[in-house]
Amino acid sequence: MAMHPLTRVLLGLACILVGLWLVAPTLVVVPMSFNENKSLAFPPQGFSWQWYQNFVTNPEWSTSFLNSLKVATVVAVLATVIGTLAAFGLDRMRARSAGLLRMLLLTPMVVPGVVLAIGIYAVYLDARLVGTMTGFVLAHTILALPFVLIAVQASLEVFDKRLETAAASLGAGRIATFRTVTLPLIAPGILSGLLFAFVTSFDEVIVSLFITSPYMKTLPVQIFTSITRDADPTVAAVGTILLCATTILIGGGLLLLGRDRRSSL
Amino acid sequence: MSASATPSQRDASPPSRRSWGALALALPALVLLVVVIGYPLATIVLRSFAEPQWGLQNYGWFFSTPINLIVLQRTFAISAWVTVVCVICAYPFAYAMTAVGPKLGLLLTLCVLIPFWVSGVVRTLSWVILLQDSGVINSMLRSVGLDGVRLIRTQTGVVIGMAQVLLPFMVLPLYSVMKGIDLRLVQAARSLGAGPIRAFFTVYLPLSLPGIYAGAIIVFILALGFYITPALLGGPRSTMLSTLVQNQVLSLLQWGRGGAMGVVLLVATFVLLALAGPLMRQKHKQGTR
Amino acid sequence: MSETGKQRGAAIDLSAVSKAYGSFRALDDISLHIEAGEFMTLLGPSGSGKTTTLNVIAGFTEVSAGSLQVGGRSVVGMPAHKRNIGVVFQHYALFPHMTVGRNVAYPLSLRGVAKTEREARVKRALDMVRMADFAHRYPSELSGGQQQRVALARAIVFDPPLLLMDEPLGALDKKLREWLQLEIKRIHRELGTTFVYVTHDQEEALVLSDRIAVFNRGKIEQVGTGRDLYDAPETLFVGRFIGDSTVLRGQSRGDGSSTALDIAGETVTAPLKHAGRGQPVMLLRPEKLAIRRPGLGRNDGDNRLSGTISEAIYLGSGSKYEIRLRDGSTAIVRSPLTDESFTIGEAVELCFRGEDAKLVADDSAADTTLT
Repeated sequence: MAMHPLTRVLLGLACILVGLWLVAPTLVVVPMSFNENKSLAFPPQGFSWQWYQNFVTNPEWSTSFLNSLKVATVVAVLATVIGTLAAFGLDRMRARSAGLLRMLLLTPMVVPGVVLAIGIYAVYLDARLVGTMTGFVLAHTILALPFVLIAVQASLEVFDKRLETAAASLGAGRIATFRTVTLPLIAPGILSGLLFAFVTSFDEVIVSLFITSPYMKTLPVQIFTSITRDADPTVAAVGTILLCATTILIGGGLLLLGRDRRSSL
Repeated sequence: MSASATPSQRDASPPSRRSWGALALALPALVLLVVVIGYPLATIVLRSFAEPQWGLQNYGWFFSTPINLIVLQRTFAISAWVTVVCVICAYPFAYAMTAVGPKLGLLLTLCVLIPFWVSGVVRTLSWVILLQDSGVINSMLRSVGLDGVRLIRTQTGVVIGMAQVLLPFMVLPLYSVMKGIDLRLVQAARSLGAGPIRAFFTVYLPLSLPGIYAGAIIVFILALGFYITPALLGGPRSTMLSTLVQNQVLSLLQWGRGGAMGVVLLVATFVLLALAGPLMRQKHKQGTR
Repeated sequence: MSETGKQRGAAIDLSAVSKAYGSFRALDDISLHIEAGEFMTLLGPSGSGKTTTLNVIAGFTEVSAGSLQVGGRSVVGMPAHKRNIGVVFQHYALFPHMTVGRNVAYPLSLRGVAKTEREARVKRALDMVRMADFAHRYPSELSGGQQQRVALARAIVFDPPLLLMDEPLGALDKKLREWLQLEIKRIHRELGTTFVYVTHDQEEALVLSDRIAVFNRGKIEQVGTGRDLYDAPETLFVGRFIGDSTVLRGQSRGDGSSTALDIAGETVTAPLKHAGRGQPVMLLRPEKLAIRRPGLGRNDGDNRLSGTISEAIYLGSGSKYEIRLRDGSTAIVRSPLTDESFTIGEAVELCFRGEDAKLVADDSAADTTLT
């Protein structure tokens, strides 16, 4: 559709502004992380690596980072397995019951974080799960589950089930069909579910703030308390590291996807 | 072809046995849901009626204390503002995503997704840096003669920060609906004599409404429960309900009162979702066309 | 495709097979014998049971009643993957994540065939369908016709004694379809495997098959060679489904040796006794009918009916006319080019020889299916 030149310019301008608004704040942490002063005032002064050093050497930071890594890894695996099983289950159910169960399993996405947090906190106090690895893993897994479910269901929806029939006609039993046809074709969905689950756990802060203890902190909790306590640029350094890590991860993923595009079509 | 003629169906096992197997696959997820979501929420609802003693006193207290009502009203107001800002910003952006070529389209999509890559807390930190009194935005405003505009610890600051976090949730459903709109309909309207503006308002906008509804509902609901952004960017006069809940439970150990507040928030969320159900289904119909 | 070249296919025996979905009977007491090495086509309209029959043989659908033998062994209750039957689907069903070569090698890997032999057999199968140059491509890079040829290679590479094809050319355009029909015929000749082919296209059935089974409403109406079905249809449905035909209905009178029909005041007779139940009707193929201007004394047959030309279509090799008869029904006539031509609205006489008419029972149910 031909657009009026003026409309074009206005639209372009709007997009640039919105794009900037979306992306620029994300990048602000990068210059801040090299600040020489212990302040979060913009623009930063001078240049130093001290906040990166602090992140590595200060046990408060490094331990919480390792904790997050541990929790997120376990959660990613657990949520992916449970979520994928559930997606297959829903796929084989009658549409009505599948729709109902799906809605139930997606509730963790819409329940207000704080409400869930006080509920889980209350239960964990009784069950002595506050500040434990198990506690974090359980809470994060249920929060990550909807993302896995959505991702795997989406790929199951596009998956052509007639290929399974074809595989059977060629001599593949149920397990062989699953391994050689179904699994490879829905693998992108499972992988993105895994990624989402990892990120959800690694990023979760509200519930974590309630079930944390001085002995078991995750990185977002540490960041949050650091921001509320003082203006420590270590936070900016952490933000920059995370930004780089995700960019590499996702960039690599995109490259892989681009290379695999042909086969996944 | 009748249903009986599709080669894909395998009806070797009776349907009842298959659906039990299917339920078994979903069972771990359901158990986890009941234990980690259902049971805690039930606990909170129970406590809101049972502590310190049985009755409705916590709800009575909530709805008779002015500050609570002000915060409740403010929570809805801020969420509404965030939703409006998101609709206005997302609409042209999502439209551009459908209109540009594949390369530019990828760039725009990345813009939407990049915020997801960065820890939510870190993003809020960025806003703290940007919005603070000596921050970039204030210095820009000062240079154009607007001095002494306070952004941090104000509602405006909270709305700006929240809208940025929630914008992708508005852009993505809008985009998926707009992608499905048949532009020939707009051309048809033009050929029937409608000017570009008229064609937009009578054809394109109504067709994109399902996307706006879906996005707006998601954004509004997520905004209602926001905690981190208002806690870090807001001040006492921009407190939202979540902060009050946290305060009652963690600082005052008033589980009953905090629970009652939580239940109010929960009920509001689910009422909105129930109201939005039909609208969402409409969107789905369009999407799978 | 065994080492010795030709191999015999498997014979198939369906006896009293029924398949019900709730109260709907997709297959109603079907019995059919297919010879080893035969090319059998299951022909019928949508929902007539032909695809269900194929699915039953393939093992995608279990029978509700009856017995099914492939190569002399009962396969009732045997899962699809153990039946060793090749299947070609209308939608190709190539695995999108595997190259052409890996698609074709798939059934061999499942059977544990060693790598060198596997490669040789894949190459031979692809050669047979003339797709050897495409082994490293992905299915998404191929046209529909190419994909279907790969699917065919994949279905024959493991030397199944039986190959099932479910409207394999249904999604392709006419030219390609006609060419692939000949390819399939050639492959059938070279392999010696039993082919069971499902289609709703009667021309395709006539081109390909040794024998055709005509399906209607979950039952088999008639089994026979194309010539049998065209020249001697046993039911009105078969007569109308295969080729054009004119149906003459009227008040019937029969004696011991012939049957006569009164059609709006005119009488036609056929020297046959009507054996079936119900009202007899006469079926006439277009080339068995002739048109004459009325009043000409030439004798082109013992039967005459008057009517008017309602449609005249020039076909190149000849002309096709539709003639409205006095009782309101329409007759279809094909006449060679050399004959005189007629114009729409002209009053004519329709002539035919009584022995060219086929007498079948008037199964009005068949009529409604065929609209």
